[in-house]
Amino acid sequence: MPRLDQSGYTVGFAAAICVVCAVLVAGSAVALSERQGVNAELDRQRNVLMAAGEMRPGESLPPEQVTERFSSFQPVAVDLPTDREDSSFTVVGYDQRKALGSPDTSFAAPAGNGAQILRMPNKAIVYKRLATDGTLDMLVLPIEGKGLWSTMYGFLALDKDLKTVRGLTFYQHGETPGLGGEIDNPRWKALWQGRAVYDASGEPAIQVIRGRAGTATEDPHRIDGLSGATITGRGVMNTVNFWLGPEGFGPYLDTLQPGGGQ
Amino acid sequence: MMKARNVLIGPLFLNNPIALQVLGICSALAVTTKMETAVVMAIAVCVVTGFSNLFISLVRNYTPPSIRMIVQLTIIASLVIVVDQILKAFMFDVAKQLSVFVGLIITNCIVMGRAEAFAMQNPPGLSFLDGIGNGLGYGLVLLLVGAFREVFGSGTFFGMTVLQPAAEGGWYTPNGLMVLAPGAFFLIGLLIWALRTWKPNQVEAPEA
Repeated sequence: MPRLDQSGYTVGFAAAICVVCAVLVAGSAVALSERQGVNAELDRQRNVLMAAGEMRPGESLPPEQVTERFSSFQPVAVDLPTDREDSSFTVVGYDQRKALGSPDTSFAAPAGNGAQILRMPNKAIVYKRLATDGTLDMLVLPIEGKGLWSTMYGFLALDKDLKTVRGLTFYQHGETPGLGGEIDNPRWKALWQGRAVYDASGEPAIQVIRGRAGTATEDPHRIDGLSGATITGRGVMNTVNFWLGPEGFGPYLDTLQPGGGQ
Repeated sequence: MMKARNVLIGPLFLNNPIALQVLGICSALAVTTKMETAVVMAIAVCVVTGFSNLFISLVRNYTPPSIRMIVQLTIIASLVIVVDQILKAFMFDVAKQLSVFVGLIITNCIVMGRAEAFAMQNPPGLSFLDGIGNGLGYGLVLLLVGAFREVFGSGTFFGMTVLQPAAEGGWYTPNGLMVLAPGAFFLIGLLIWALRTWKPNQVEAPEA
């Protein structure tokens, strides 16, 4: 039995514990990283499908089916500073949210922007679904912006005219459960379908109002507010309008219109 | 044999880490809005308390007293990281909902408390049982609180609707307090009250 209070023994014991623990931690991280990567990718695909209305909220699908349904979507990198698609960019393995952390892969968002975000990525990944004749059928855009407490991350799906909402979903937020958290409520999300995002002059025109709005045909720009969640609702409205506006994807969407910049 | 039984069962009611020792309250508030997260968190804490007690007890006679706390913490932290990695690989959705709270098991006073109070003085087998018992005691409170909060706060149980909320065409108006952290505080308070009424010897003497 060694003397436990000897300095040499103490250092040796600490080193041994560190080595054993380090091997354990590193081993599990390396052994499981592939599986975790697959999970993260599946999660992203699910969220895109959910925004696109191809998957019901709460529906649980086996991974093969998620990948199969997702296969009709094509990820495309959009260079936000120039508002053009960048086909040379490798989409696989790119994490748009991680890109925000580095000045090399992101830039400062316009001051006082509606979404209240600080930085925007150089490359944003959008998802296109093409019809059988090769024309655009649906476009899913990544959006993010401030609610009451948190930054809300989600996807907005636009119809082929690029002016009508097909669906909206937030995959991560920290809004109050039961109040602002109701932005996850399928009933509320369904209200977005068919709304027109631009007014006659081409400005983003979505309004989340107090009380009840009419149906999409009679009241194309307005959506019911969530009771007890005025600020979260306003945050969603400002976020959507920002990303569809001139500082967000607006100029890029113009290039996709017939006779646009392509 | 009797001792092993007491060590395992004792923490459930007689010496519950949350109700009597009032440890681990923070995560008990955070992960109990839904049953699913409460169950996974309970299992994760059981695994960590059980194995950290086991490993700490195994090396207890070789641990220099001057660095024993940092050694305990290293072992606990490693176990928590491994649990977190496993959850991310096999239960991604739940891991996402639990977010930082799996990592924060490191700071859960129950784990360190049992290591210091029990595993440093007892053989590995008994220490392991003590850890599992305390994890279960913590888990029991989590499940009770989680059941109340999910049923009355969202009208569901394990995600299945039991009380149809008014917003979805039913009759039940969800209690907003239940989904917020203060609701859990009230529930844990009521639970401690009930337990101490049942077992009056748990009542602390008033401070002079």
